[in-house]
Amino acid sequence: METSAPAIEKPGPLNFTWGKMAMWLFLGSDMMGFMGLITLYMVLRISAGDWQLPGDPCFGIPLTGFMTFILIMSSVTMVTALSRIQKGNVKGLLFWLGLTILGGATFLSLQVYEWSHLIHLGLSAKKSNYAATFFMLTGFHGLHVTIGVIYLSCVWIRAKQGAYSMASHSTVELVGLFWHFVDLVWIVLFTILYLIPDSVQ
Amino acid sequence: MSTDHEHSPYYKVLAWLTFLTIAEIIWAMAGFSRGMLIGGLAIMAAIKVVLVALYYMHLKYEGKVLWGVILFPCLLVVIMICGFLPDAFHYW
Repeated sequence: METSAPAIEKPGPLNFTWGKMAMWLFLGSDMMGFMGLITLYMVLRISAGDWQLPGDPCFGIPLTGFMTFILIMSSVTMVTALSRIQKGNVKGLLFWLGLTILGGATFLSLQVYEWSHLIHLGLSAKKSNYAATFFMLTGFHGLHVTIGVIYLSCVWIRAKQGAYSMASHSTVELVGLFWHFVDLVWIVLFTILYLIPDSVQ
Repeated sequence: MSTDHEHSPYYKVLAWLTFLTIAEIIWAMAGFSRGMLIGGLAIMAAIKVVLVALYYMHLKYEGKVLWGVILFPCLLVVIMICGFLPDAFHYW
């Protein structure tokens, strides 16, 4: 496949690239979307009499704690990938980006396992707000992880084609911003969904 | 502007994130009162969010304009939460 020579990227007059500005604007709007859903969750949970109905299974902390650790690790591999290409090390970029993709895919696999296990135990979005908000929040986040893994894979393929260099790697920085945002949202979801038990209402 | 953050403490931040995650899990299982539990978890989650944003998203190295772009939606979120939560507590 034909690849073009990497162009040198120059920051705009305000000392950042427009791509980065666009990504931050997107992340800001996406954050408002997430916070809308999280606020909805908090309002429903605080005002509910019985949040977890009889028969609703509890969410497992050990598995999701491990998932949190995987996502945190994938953030570290992502910044390491960026650090490698900032030094012009394309092989390093490919290796660490590959590990980030692996981390994202592992997280998704564990989420699929968790969902199927909970559904098997009788958790249904039709039965209670407890289940409906759980599926809504983790599903919306899982969608972001899926998009992140696809985005990272596209960047990995472009890196393999030689599209990035020490002078031109803003796409790697942008995908990194998106990936860290996904990690950041999970930190909040893990706390409010899994760590605050029903008994403290 | 972010360029090369070779001296960024990525692994030190990883250690803190891991420590705080374990601390959160222990805190959640320790049987504290409602206020202590939620307050402690909120503080630890907030520290984790700030660490990721400052060091992994490199906000620490960005200029004021980009900070403005980020803080504006944060302000809108705070207004939204302040608008909705009193309604929830009304039915508590």
